[in-house]
Amino acid sequence: MDVEILSRIQFAFTVAFHYIYPPLSIGLGFLIVLAEWRWLRTSEAVWRRLTRFLIRLFALTFGLGVATGIVMEFEFGTNWAVYSRYVGDVFGSALAAEGIFAFALESGFLGVLLFGWGRVKPKWHFVSAVGVWLGSMFSAVWIVVANSWQQTPAGYHVVGEGMDARAEIVDFWAMVFNPSSVERLAHVWLGSFLAGGFLLLSIAAWYLLRKQHVDVARKAMAIGLPVVLVASWAQLFSGHVAAEVVAEHQPAKLAALEGHYAAEAPADMYLFGWVDEESKEVTGLGIPGGLSFLLDQDPSAPVTGLDAFADEDRPRQVNAVFQFYHIMVAIGMLLIGLSTYGFYLFRRGKLEQSKWMLRALTAAVLLPQIANQAGWFAAEMGRQPWVVYGLLRTSDALSESVRAEQVWFSLILFTGIYVVLFALFIYLMRKKILHGPEEERGEGTRASHLESAWS
Amino acid sequence: MMGLELHTIWFLVIGLTVTLYAVLDGFDLGAGLLHPFFRKEQSRRIALNAVGPVWDGNEVWLVITGGALFAGFPEAYATAFSAFYVPFFLLLAALIGRAISIEFRSKEPMQWWRTFWDYSYFLSSLVISVLLGMALGNLMLGLPVDAQGVYRGAGLVEMLGAFPLSVGLAVAALYAVHGSLYLLLKTEDRLFDRVKQLNRVALFFFYGAMALSTVVLFAWNPEVIERLWHRPGFVGLAVVAFVASMAIPVLVRRRRYGRAFFVSAGMIASLLGLVFAQQFPFLIPSTIDPDGGMTLAEAASSERTLRLLLLITVIGVPLVGLYFLFVYRVFRGKVKLDDMSY
Repeated sequence: MDVEILSRIQFAFTVAFHYIYPPLSIGLGFLIVLAEWRWLRTSEAVWRRLTRFLIRLFALTFGLGVATGIVMEFEFGTNWAVYSRYVGDVFGSALAAEGIFAFALESGFLGVLLFGWGRVKPKWHFVSAVGVWLGSMFSAVWIVVANSWQQTPAGYHVVGEGMDARAEIVDFWAMVFNPSSVERLAHVWLGSFLAGGFLLLSIAAWYLLRKQHVDVARKAMAIGLPVVLVASWAQLFSGHVAAEVVAEHQPAKLAALEGHYAAEAPADMYLFGWVDEESKEVTGLGIPGGLSFLLDQDPSAPVTGLDAFADEDRPRQVNAVFQFYHIMVAIGMLLIGLSTYGFYLFRRGKLEQSKWMLRALTAAVLLPQIANQAGWFAAEMGRQPWVVYGLLRTSDALSESVRAEQVWFSLILFTGIYVVLFALFIYLMRKKILHGPEEERGEGTRASHLESAWS
Repeated sequence: MMGLELHTIWFLVIGLTVTLYAVLDGFDLGAGLLHPFFRKEQSRRIALNAVGPVWDGNEVWLVITGGALFAGFPEAYATAFSAFYVPFFLLLAALIGRAISIEFRSKEPMQWWRTFWDYSYFLSSLVISVLLGMALGNLMLGLPVDAQGVYRGAGLVEMLGAFPLSVGLAVAALYAVHGSLYLLLKTEDRLFDRVKQLNRVALFFFYGAMALSTVVLFAWNPEVIERLWHRPGFVGLAVVAFVASMAIPVLVRRRRYGRAFFVSAGMIASLLGLVFAQQFPFLIPSTIDPDGGMTLAEAASSERTLRLLLLITVIGVPLVGLYFLFVYRVFRGKVKLDDMSY
């Protein structure tokens, strides 16, 4: 294998592994804020127990998110030196803003969130929880802005030629609010609320099935279900808007998402299917003219297909892009069903009698994770062969000085490290869940917390 | 702006973030280096929890430095990071290893589990300190970078020279000194006495490593001495660093631990000041380019971006300062273990 494919595999692997954790942190961070706010308002010890339980889970996901995130910052330079030179001027500032504003906010308050019980007043602890959550939200802003700029570049001009060409910023806000950043940011945030929300629901449903920690599990349902209900429906809308942006700015990607080849013809929309890249045909169940209708409210409106693009200007792995995209959409629909019916049962007081629903919710923790990953794979593979859409090809973006054996070394090293990390993550998660939201020692009232805060 | 060019100002900003990183993460890396020399479980827990709430925030300065380099000097970022390919992946592995050692050690009570993480905490702290020192040493000597800014060397094997290795050792010893001074502020009783002993040992190693790297410079790399000699401020910085290194044991003997810690921070700052002064106006001196290497101006982003970055810095850094003051204030004083501790 050559340096290009090895570097792509390495980047995909390390960023996909990283992306397990930050969405969980964003989602859990929001739930911590909700639970702690309820505790401050009601003084009911059960909310405090839920808050502390959530913080213990959060500590784990956050730690892994930070540890695996630094790798990305290094990899731009180690493996993609030409890319770094090309984009440095444009979104170096976005990354710097992330470092300063988001990351410091998050990490600065994290210490208080984790270790500050009894050292600060409850009000300040709550402020720290909000700070950590906002920090995680902000870091998504800058990173999604940078990625969206790669999809739909704006606010720049290109200086120099050939290998010396690089993009320079001319309008910061046009770069930040490039055509896809707002839509994609909303999509990423909602996906994160679903990831965190369904993790909590899964744990709560499992406790209810085993009739353990029932009081905490009920409160978890009471905050978790509304969050995923709103997020899953909003995600339907946000996904639609995001697809319209792709249609307008990245037509080759849109064509790949639905496996649409004919240069100018009405396009179908598939529920599932298989793309034969040789014969350029899709076999599957679809709505004829569905994509045309979605974009133009007219089932016979022509949509630009892959054949309209030169061979070297369109994505390679069309079937993979198609599958990832459809997995994401299918899971999105499933999550709408689960959250809506779950919320309905909960409001009717029937959730705890419905064994199959509790089992479904327990298993559902994997769904948002799969959808998040699949969505990113569709977005990034659909962007190929460009690393910056229409400007810089992935094959031109590599480090000139890096050799294949070096990438083999780092790839093997990090595969090993991440296998161990993942095993430890699962093991410790399981342990925390088995231990449950019970306090380690005989405390847990607001009075004792206040007492220790003042002493 | 006082005749300073924007890229020079940004160079100073990076100098500041590197210094903050070294001063802050330096003490928790140092605590990691001393960790296996505490014998009892209780001692190790206290030492670990002394850095527990702050190590992660300290490491942010490394992330900020990386971002600042990428944003302000993308050419240098691309060249240096691809040149240091293998050492930087080892560094990343050690950063991750260290993070999970700290996080996972306390999660199980078994002796073998805790001993394992104790040693991986120590080893990763050592690897990080030595690799960062070696990278610094190599940057001081210059890299085989051509006029286009492309690295033409053989990678790791070329970077194991005597000077970089001695700088790696010096950085590890320096962090051990710095970490021991921090722990003196955070510990009590017998553990405190033990830290005091270790402080003396670490100082001894530090003086040795500094002497070694100076000898190596005179013997094999006199051009670095030559460059340094002509820098304004060289004598001042060198005297400050020397006096500070001598003042530390005196202050410890007089039980002025807080002051000793700040003197140690000042020593780190002045040593880094020497490195940066030596480097200027090059970011990456070249051993093969007749022009001498990649200068600040050649590596820099456009003026517009640099101005933006300075704006972000001017707004952001005071905010970060506030978070840090808040956190360090909350966790001031001796370590008290509780049920959320590591």
